[in-house]
Amino acid sequence: MKKFINNVDDILTESLSGFAAAHTDIVSLNLEPHFLTRRQKAENKVAIISGGGSGHEPLHSGYVGYGMLDAACPGHVFTSPSPDQMLAAAEAVHAGKGVLFIVKNYAGDVMNFEMAAEMLTFENATVLTSDDVAVENSTYTTGRRGVAGTMIVEKVVGSLAETGADLAACKALGDKVNSRTASMGVALTSCTVPAAGRPTFDIGDTELEMGVGIHGEPGRRREAMRNADAIVADLVAAILEDLKPTPGSEVLLLINGFAATPLMELYLLYNSAAKLLQAQGLVISRSLVGNYTTALDMAGASITVTLLDDEIRQHWDSPVHTAALRWQC
Amino acid sequence: MRTAFILEAIAAVNDAVLNSEAELESLDREIGDGDHFINLKRGCAALLAMRDELAPLPPADVLQRIGMKLLSTIGGASGPLIATFFMTMAKVEKAGDLNSLAEIAAAFHASVEAIKQRGKADAGEKTLLDTLIPVADTFSRLTAVNAEPAQVFDAIQQAAEQGMLSTKDMVATKGRAAFLGERAIGHIDPGARSSQIIIHTIAELAKQQAV
Repeated sequence: MKKFINNVDDILTESLSGFAAAHTDIVSLNLEPHFLTRRQKAENKVAIISGGGSGHEPLHSGYVGYGMLDAACPGHVFTSPSPDQMLAAAEAVHAGKGVLFIVKNYAGDVMNFEMAAEMLTFENATVLTSDDVAVENSTYTTGRRGVAGTMIVEKVVGSLAETGADLAACKALGDKVNSRTASMGVALTSCTVPAAGRPTFDIGDTELEMGVGIHGEPGRRREAMRNADAIVADLVAAILEDLKPTPGSEVLLLINGFAATPLMELYLLYNSAAKLLQAQGLVISRSLVGNYTTALDMAGASITVTLLDDEIRQHWDSPVHTAALRWQC
Repeated sequence: MRTAFILEAIAAVNDAVLNSEAELESLDREIGDGDHFINLKRGCAALLAMRDELAPLPPADVLQRIGMKLLSTIGGASGPLIATFFMTMAKVEKAGDLNSLAEIAAAFHASVEAIKQRGKADAGEKTLLDTLIPVADTFSRLTAVNAEPAQVFDAIQQAAEQGMLSTKDMVATKGRAAFLGERAIGHIDPGARSSQIIIHTIAELAKQQAV
């Protein structure tokens, strides 16, 4: 393992300190317990809080700010944050209209947020994201994972919350966006958890993992390496099979890198995916390409498609001012 | 239950967990995501650091503080599950002092039930419950017939080992291993193994002295 590290135990604190210092105009960092809030506390709105294991940057800390999250709770690398972080974050950003937790569907995240919600004394609700279509067997009661689509849910719900909408409306829109969003990823290499010091899984030079999760957990199957068009065709087919869009539908296309794949290749994937979607009669009216939900140092990417409607498009387009996503501001 | 015993158990479990680093990390890499050992180690270190604070407290308070501490330090899926176990033990201990082995067995059983509810899981799903459920059953069954303590702890150790080994041939439906489907078969669940190590260590200690 070759990484920029001082002491493995200090990675999270040092990285968050750097993040907060680099974006001091946008966020404030709280240590013990760890959470990030907007620099300026927002008033008269539902407080939107997300969180999860670290190693997925910019998810979620990079999305704290106007038009998106009020607070983010980072856990240790690939490990869910604990309820005391969520409780402290909720206390800090609650503005009288309740708290909405946006939680990726992973057992640890779900349980920790659930315990926080049980202990919280004010109104709260949870949107569970589950956009990953890679988990194909419905007998898996854990259900689908929440991956890169989580960021789209955070952006859209964050915008609605900014208008002063109530908790129920924010929760309903979050659930709607989640149900209209599907993702699938592919890994070319494993990631290396710093404290473990070696790759999470072994993968040959001529292999790829189809349907991989954002922690390097396996997906559908191990396959031989193929050209990009063939890989994209499989990912897009799985996504469309799930979303079943009618021709003429308007969509948002997100090509998300897992961190170690260069933008040049991500744009190549966009080129390939866009042609396939257009061939299906879909209209790509919004797009995003980059590292938005990463997996430490894994090479690979995921494709996410969200079926837009007027409401979702309007909230996607609205102003946002965060470290990792910023437009119209 | 005695506070002194709980404190000794913490130290013994810490040693046992540290000694199992290579094995737990390898199991977790096979079917998990590589953080199980690190999280356990962090939890043990946090408990060791609060020994002086725990020493003067009655057992119910000790168990409650252990639960809260683990909840805030372990994270992941293990944090809430293990914390739920200790917080339930604390609740039962508070309600009626756990003086007899049969009472401790009943509290253990209630705590395992609480884990089942928290994790919405049951036996046969390739999780730590495959170790804990047989242990709870054996513990209750033998204490109900007033078996000798040494016999009870031997049986607990055996039940934990068999339960842990049984996860090898299971398909996982809960936790990260669920995403592997059939590919998880042939690998012991890391949570089942770490639970077995902890149970084995505490039972060994209990054989040597009064709980």
